[in-house]
Amino acid sequence: MNTEAETSTSDEPVIRCESVYMIFGDNAHSMLQQANGVVDAARFQEAGCIVGVNNASFEVYQGELLIIMGLSGSGKSTLMRCISRLNEATAGKIYIEGEDILTMDNKQLIELRRNKMGMVFQSFALLPHKTVLENIAFPLQVKGISTQESMQRAKEMVDLVSLTGRENYFPRQLSGGQQQRVGIARSLAIEPDIWFLDEPFSALDPLIRKEMQDEFLRLQDVLGKTILFVTHDFDEALRLADRIAIMKDGVIEQLDTPANIVLNPATEYVRKFTEEVPREKVLKIKSVMDPYDPNEEVSEMRVQQDAIIETVAEAVLNAGKPVPVVDSAGEIVGALHASHIVHVLFGGHSDNETETAS
Amino acid sequence: MIDALRQKKYLQFVLLLIVFILLCAFVTPSEGNWFWRLPPLIKELPLLINDSVNYILYDWWLIDVWDPDIEEYEEKPLMNQFTRSASGLILFMIEFVREVLLGGVNTIVTFTGWDWATENEWARWPALPWTVVAGGAAILGYALKGPRLAMFAGFTFVYIAIFGQWEPSMETLSFVLIAAPISVLLGLVLGVWAFRNKTVEMVLNPILNVMQIMPHFSYLVPVVVFFSIGDQAGAIATVIYATPPMVRLTILGLKKLSPEVAEAGLMSGCNGWQLLLKVLIPTARRDILIGVNQVIMSCLAMVVIASLIGAKGLGHHLLIALNQLRVGQAIEIGVCIVLIAIMLDRLSLAWADKQVDYFADLSFVQRHKYSIIFGAVFVVGVILAWIGSFVFKEGFNYLYLIPHKKGITTENFLQAGVDWIVDAFFFTLSGFSKWLIVEILVPIKNAYLGMPVVATFTLAMGIGYIVGGVRVGLYVGGFLLFIALTEWWDRALITAYLMTLAVLISTFIGIVMGTLCAQHPLATRIMLTICDTLQTFPSFIYLIPAMMLFGVANDTSVIIAIVVYATVPATRYTIQGLLSVPPQLHEAGSMSGVNRIQRYLSIELPMAFPHMALGINQTVVFALSMVIIGALIGTDDLGQLILKALSDKEGVGNGLTLGLCVAFIGLAIDQVLRTWANQRKQALGLA
Repeated sequence: MNTEAETSTSDEPVIRCESVYMIFGDNAHSMLQQANGVVDAARFQEAGCIVGVNNASFEVYQGELLIIMGLSGSGKSTLMRCISRLNEATAGKIYIEGEDILTMDNKQLIELRRNKMGMVFQSFALLPHKTVLENIAFPLQVKGISTQESMQRAKEMVDLVSLTGRENYFPRQLSGGQQQRVGIARSLAIEPDIWFLDEPFSALDPLIRKEMQDEFLRLQDVLGKTILFVTHDFDEALRLADRIAIMKDGVIEQLDTPANIVLNPATEYVRKFTEEVPREKVLKIKSVMDPYDPNEEVSEMRVQQDAIIETVAEAVLNAGKPVPVVDSAGEIVGALHASHIVHVLFGGHSDNETETAS
Repeated sequence: MIDALRQKKYLQFVLLLIVFILLCAFVTPSEGNWFWRLPPLIKELPLLINDSVNYILYDWWLIDVWDPDIEEYEEKPLMNQFTRSASGLILFMIEFVREVLLGGVNTIVTFTGWDWATENEWARWPALPWTVVAGGAAILGYALKGPRLAMFAGFTFVYIAIFGQWEPSMETLSFVLIAAPISVLLGLVLGVWAFRNKTVEMVLNPILNVMQIMPHFSYLVPVVVFFSIGDQAGAIATVIYATPPMVRLTILGLKKLSPEVAEAGLMSGCNGWQLLLKVLIPTARRDILIGVNQVIMSCLAMVVIASLIGAKGLGHHLLIALNQLRVGQAIEIGVCIVLIAIMLDRLSLAWADKQVDYFADLSFVQRHKYSIIFGAVFVVGVILAWIGSFVFKEGFNYLYLIPHKKGITTENFLQAGVDWIVDAFFFTLSGFSKWLIVEILVPIKNAYLGMPVVATFTLAMGIGYIVGGVRVGLYVGGFLLFIALTEWWDRALITAYLMTLAVLISTFIGIVMGTLCAQHPLATRIMLTICDTLQTFPSFIYLIPAMMLFGVANDTSVIIAIVVYATVPATRYTIQGLLSVPPQLHEAGSMSGVNRIQRYLSIELPMAFPHMALGINQTVVFALSMVIIGALIGTDDLGQLILKALSDKEGVGNGLTLGLCVAFIGLAIDQVLRTWANQRKQALGLA
C-alpha cells in the first residue's frame, strides 16, 4: 500500500505538524509560554490544565495511511481533532498541502472541509432524522449542490459501501456495521483528499469489526486517500497501517512502520505493547529475506516482498529450497530461507532482533 | 451520641421534630412577638411594583411619534408605543386567521380603512364553508401520515360543526394557531441562546423556575396593563405560560446530543446556521417535539383562563357554562377543546416525521395531488354552500357556517345524567363532606395557623439542611422569608395546608395505583393513556365534578379537585420509574430467592425512587396551580387574593407579589425534593 508514498513525486507532505500542543484549561496559553517548550503533564495538571497533545511533530504523505494508536486518554483523538480543527491547537503549526490551517478564518476552514476533508466517527454520528441517502448527501447539500445531483452522487456512494436497497432506511433501523458504512459513505461523498477516521470500528462486534476492516482495505485499494486513522486496538493498527504513531499522555512515543515498531520498540512503553504480538502476522517478507545469490539453486515459486510472512510461511517451508522474493514489478530482490522463517515463527522474542531488522 | 447523630439521618429528623414541637408549645401567640409572626416589612412591595409599571409605561423614555390625526409630532413613551404595536400585530395575525376560517371585515379594514369598507359593501371576506375546512384537515392528515390521521382530523371538525360549536372553536383555533407558533419559536430561540451562552442560561434558569410555578392568574393583570384586554392579551398570557417548558426541553435536548454529531456537521462543512438548523435542532428533535406537544397542550389549557382577559372562543363559553352550572354543556365544550388539542398534536408530530422520496419520477399531477384534491374539495364545498343558500330558508345555511348552538346537542342527556348522580349521592356526600371538614380539615388548618413563624422556619430549613446541607437550607429559608415579610403569611399557611394535604393523598393514591398498573403491560398502557388524556384537560374541568358533588365554597371540593388533578403525575412517574428498573435486577433478585413483595420493597421501589421523587415534585406543582384555581369555587388562601387582584385596577403589584409567594412555596419544596432525588440517583449510579 505504501508504494505510492515511496514513488510520490511531490516532496510536500499532505499533512505536516510542527510542535503541536493542545492544552485544555483557562490559563493554558500563559502556562505554555512559561514552560518554554518543556511541558510536564503532572505539573500542568496541578495548575488545572490538562495536556491533550504534547509537542507533536510529524508528516503524512500522499496516499499514506498513518495510524495514531494509544489507550484512552492518550490524546490520540485530540491530535486528530487539532488537525481537522475541531479543537483549536494551543500552539504549533499545522499545514495541509502547505497551507497553515491554524491561521485560516472560518470561511476558509468551511471551504477546506467542504472540499478536502472527510471524517468518520466512533459513534457513527449519523443524523437520526435523515435516511441513509439523505445522510450521505448531507455534505453535498450543505455545499449547495442541487438536490437531484447530490442524491445521484449519494446513490453511488450507497453502492460503493454495499448498502444498495437500504437507501430509505433510517439509521435506527440499521445494525452498527451498516450504520458505520453510512458514516464512511458520508465522509467520502465529497471525494475528500484527506480522510480522518476516529476509532471507526471500536463500537462494533469483533466479527463485524474484521469484516469492516476488510471492507476498509478494499476501499483504500480503490481510492488511495491520505488517511489519518485513530484506534486503541494494536492488532487493528498492525493490520491496516503504513506507519503507526504510538501516543502516551499526549506525547508521540514512537512513529514508525509496524515492522520497526515490533522489532525496535523505542521506549519501554512501546515494548510492552509489542511483546505479545506474533511477528509472523506483522513482518513482511522484505524484513527477513537475504540478499539474492544467483548461483544458489532456488524454488520455482515466487513471493512478493510486501507479503506478510504468515501468509506464505507454509508454502515456503514446503518448497524445500530457498524462494526468490520479487518486488511489485516482478524483479527478484532477494531470497527467503526456510530457516529464517522457522526462526521468526518459533524463535525467542527478544534475541536476534538486529539480524532480522530490515 | 454526636457521632450517631451525624451518621443517622433519621435521628436528625427526630431531633428536628422535637425542637419543632417544643417551639410550637412555648412560643406565645401575640401581636408584637417576632417569634410568632414576622412584621410585614415588604408590605410596600406591591405599591412599588405598581409605581414602576406606571413609570415604565407612561413616563420612561419619551420619543417623538408622528400623529396623523393632528398632523404633528407628539411625545409618547417608548414602552407604551412598543406594547401597543405588539398588541396590534398579534391581534392582526389572530384576526387574519380567524377571518380566513370565519370570514369578516377586519383584515380589509386594516389595509383600507373603515370609511372605504363601509362604502364598498361587496368587500367582505367570505368564510370557508365548514365542509372545506374539515376536508382540508383530512387531506392534510392523509398527506402527513395516512388514512387514520385523516379520519381523525376530519372527524374532529365534523364533530365540532354538527354540535354547533363551529364559531367558538374556530375562534379558539385561530388563537392557538398564532400563540403556539410564537411560543415554539420563542422557546427555540431562547433555548438555543442559553445553550450557546452560559451567562444567558444562568440568568434564564431562575426565571423559568419561577414562571413555571407561578399561578397563571397572577400575570393576567400585568398582561392586561401592558397589552389591554382582548384576544392579543389572551395570546400573550398564553405565550408566557407555554414558553418555559419549550425553552427547558430545547436546552435539555441540545445538551443531550453527543459532541460527535456536532463535529460530524462541522466536518461536513456546515456553517453556523446550517449546523444549528440542519444538524443540532433536528437531532435534538425528540425533546423539542415533546416541547411542541407541551406548548399545544398549554395553549388549550389556557383558553379558559385567557377568556378572563378577553380571548374569544370555547374558553369563554365554557366559563359561562360553568358559571350557570350547566355541566352538560360544559362537557360538550370540553370535548371540543380536547379534540382540537389531540388533533393539533398529532398533525405537528406527523409533520416533523415526514419523509421524502427522491427517486420517484413524478408527473405534475402526482407531485401536486394534494393541492389538486384540496382544490376540488374547495370547489365542491363552495358549490354545496351555494346550493345550501337556496335549501335552508330560515336564515341558517347549514352547509356554510353552522351557527353557534344550532347544531345537535346532547346537553339535555348529559345534564340528566349529572342530575341523577347529584340526586342519588348528594346527601350521602354532603354528610361525608361535613364530617371531613369538621373532624379533619378544620383541625389540620388550625394546626397550620397555630404554628409560630420560628417553628415553621426551623422545620423547613432543618429539612433542607438535613437533606442538602447548608446551601439548600438557606435557599428554603430565603424563599420562606419573602413570604413571611409580606402581610399574607397566614393566607400562605392556608395554601400550604391545602397543598400538603392534597399532595399526601395524591402521592399515596398515585404510588398505589402506579404500582398495581405497572404489574401488567396492558394495565400500564391503559393507565398511561388515561394519564395522557387527563393531562390534556384544562385544569378548570376538574372543578366541575368536585363542585357538582360537594358544593361550592368548602375545602372538601377543592381538595377533591386537587387530588384528582395531582394524582396524574404521581401515577405516571411511579409507572415509569418502576418500568425503568433494569430486568437484570429483577432476575438477580429472583435468583437470590426474594418473593414478590420483597422484590418490590427491596429492589424496585428504591431503584425507582429518584424518578418517583420527580413525580412528587410535579404533583406539588400541579397541586399548587389547582389550589389557586380553587379560588374560583371559594377558598380563603392566597388564590382568593390573586383572584381579587384580577378585578383591581392597581392589582399588578398585588397579583405579582402573591404569585411570587405561591411560586416560592413551590420552589422551596422543589429544592428539597430535587436535591434528594439527585443524591439518590448518584448513590444508585443512575445519574
